[in-house]
Amino acid sequence: MIRIDAVTKRYPDGTVAVDRLSLEIPDRAITVLVGPSGCGKTTTLRMINRMVEPTEGSILLDGRDIRQQPVNTLRRSMGYVIQNAGLFPHRTILDNIATVPRLLGRSRRQARDRAAELMERVGLDTALAGRYPYQLSGGQQQRVGVARALAADPPVLLMDEPFSAVDPVVRKQLQDELLRIQEELGKTIVFVTHDIDEAIKLGTRVAVLRTGGRLAQYAPPAELLSAPADSFVEDFLGADRGIRRLSFFPSAGLELQTAPLVPADADAGTLAARATAAPYLLVTDADGRPLGWSEPGRLTAGAVDRDELLDFGRPFVPGTDSLRAALDGAVLSPTGWAVAVDGEGRAIGVVSQQAIGEAIRAAHGRVAERTEEAAGR
Amino acid sequence: MNVLDFARAFFSDSAHWHGYDGVPARFAEHIGYCLEALAIAAAIGLPVGLLTGHTGRGGNALAFLATAGRALPSFGLLVLMVIWIGLGLLPAMIPLVVLAVPPILVTTYEAVRSVDPSPVDAARGMGMPEARVLFQVEVPVALPLILSGLRTAAVQIVSTATIAAYIGLGGLGRYIIDGLYQKDYEKVVGGATLVAGLALVTLAVFWAVSRFAVSPGVRRGGRG
Repeated sequence: MIRIDAVTKRYPDGTVAVDRLSLEIPDRAITVLVGPSGCGKTTTLRMINRMVEPTEGSILLDGRDIRQQPVNTLRRSMGYVIQNAGLFPHRTILDNIATVPRLLGRSRRQARDRAAELMERVGLDTALAGRYPYQLSGGQQQRVGVARALAADPPVLLMDEPFSAVDPVVRKQLQDELLRIQEELGKTIVFVTHDIDEAIKLGTRVAVLRTGGRLAQYAPPAELLSAPADSFVEDFLGADRGIRRLSFFPSAGLELQTAPLVPADADAGTLAARATAAPYLLVTDADGRPLGWSEPGRLTAGAVDRDELLDFGRPFVPGTDSLRAALDGAVLSPTGWAVAVDGEGRAIGVVSQQAIGEAIRAAHGRVAERTEEAAGR
Repeated sequence: MNVLDFARAFFSDSAHWHGYDGVPARFAEHIGYCLEALAIAAAIGLPVGLLTGHTGRGGNALAFLATAGRALPSFGLLVLMVIWIGLGLLPAMIPLVVLAVPPILVTTYEAVRSVDPSPVDAARGMGMPEARVLFQVEVPVALPLILSGLRTAAVQIVSTATIAAYIGLGGLGRYIIDGLYQKDYEKVVGGATLVAGLALVTLAVFWAVSRFAVSPGVRRGGRG
C-alpha cells in the first residue's frame, strides 16, 4: 500500500501545487488521480517516485518512508509510463524494453529474452523487435512504453496520462489492454488522467483533485457518479452521469421476451399466432441472428422482404453488457425495444424501454438499501 | 596560364613529391597540426558543452565566450602569441584552438539542450543514474548535432592551419606563403588546392564517422 500523508508541494515562487493531500492507495488495484489542469495530479504522481520532492508530509510504501532507500533503487521498483511514451529513439524496441533489467544488472541476453516475452504480453508483434521507435505508430509506441515499465516486474506502476496523445479508437484499445494486463498481473497502479471517462472506466478508486492540489472526493467510480461530494465534482463529472452510472449495473436480471422473435421462414400459422403477442416482431435469419423489426400485418409467410424491415439498433449481451448498453439499444431501436443476443450474435429475446426503466429503479433501490445497511452497522 | 594550368604544373613536377618540402611531408605536418588543435579544442569544448547542456546552466556565459572567441582574428592572435611566447608550435596552436572551441562548445550545448525531454524524463523516472542519462540517452540522441559542430571546427582548422607557415612552421601553408614570396604561382595554387582537398577529405571522414556512430533510429529525421 502507498500512503500519501498530508503532503504539500510548494514551489519557491509560492505556488502551491499540492495542498495537504492524504490518500491511501490500495495494493493490486488501479487508483486514478483525475482533475483539471493545475490540480497537482501529475505532481502527486511524481512525488511517489521522487521525481518531485514534497515540501511537507511524507509518502510511505508498505509502511516505509520512500526516502529511506536510495532514489534510483526506489525508481527501479516502480514502472513509469509517461505521455508520448518517451521511448529512446536511438534504441531498438527490444532494447528499449530491456532498459530496466539491464540497469538491474541482468545480462543482455536475459534482458532481451524478458523483453520479447513482454512484447507479447502487451500485444506487440515480436517482428517489431528490431525496429526503432520512429517506425511505430503512436499506439504501438505507447504499448512499448507499458512493456518497458513492466520489464523488471515492479510491484508498482505509475502512469502519467499515458493514453491522452492517441486517437479515441486506439485509446479504447489501450485501455482494454491495460485492464486485461491488470487482470493477469495485479499491479498497484497509480494512473493520472484529465479524462473523467477514462478515470471511471479504469479506476478501482478515483481521486478527484481540484485546482490548487486539494482532494475533492476519493471513492469508487459508481459512488462518484451516484453521490458527488460537491458541485465541483458534479460539474467535473459532466451532464449525463446518471446514464453513465448505468455502466455499473448488470443487465443479467432483465426479463427477456421471446414471443416477438420469428424466423424469416416462419409459416403462416406461426405468424398469425405471434401477431397478437406483440406490437412488433423481430425477424431472424436461419442461424437466429436478428434481421430487423416488422409490424405483424406486413409480414407474409415465406416472402419476407428484408429491405422492408426496420433497423434494430445495437444489440446487447445480457450478463456481459451493462444496463447502459441495454438502454442504449432500446433508445437506438425505432420500436423502443432492445435486442438481446448471445455471445455468437444470435437473438435470445427482446426487452422494452419500460422494462429497462423498472430494472434501473430496482438497481437504484438495491444500492440505497446497501448504503442504509452500511450506515446502520 | 590559368589556375588549372598552374595546378597541373605543380602536381606534375616530381620535385614537389620528395623530401622535407614534398607534398607527403607537408601533408603529414598539416594533418598533425589539425589533429592536435582539434583534439585540444574537443577536450575543452565537449566536456563543457555536455555538462552545461545536461544541467541547462551557464548558457549565457557560453554564448558570450563563443561570440568573443569568434570575433578574435586568427592571424592577429598568432602575431600576438609570437610576441608573448616567442616562436614554436604553441603560438600557432592557440589561435587554432580559440577558433575551434566555440563551434564545438556551442553546438554541443545546443545539441544536448534540444534533446526531446520525454525520453530523458523516462530515463530518470526508471532509475537511471545521471551519468547514464547523459551518456546513454542525451549523447546518442544529440550525436548528429555534436558531430556537426566538430565537423565545422575541423574544416575551419584545416583552412586556418596554413597560418602556421607564417611563423616558420611547416604544413600546406608553406607552399602558399613561399609561393607568394617567390612569386611562384604554381606553388600557391598547388598549396591552395591541397588545402581545399584536405577540407573535402575532412567532410568525407565526418560523413563516414556519422554513418558508423549514429544510431539508425536517430539518423533519419534529417539531422546529420
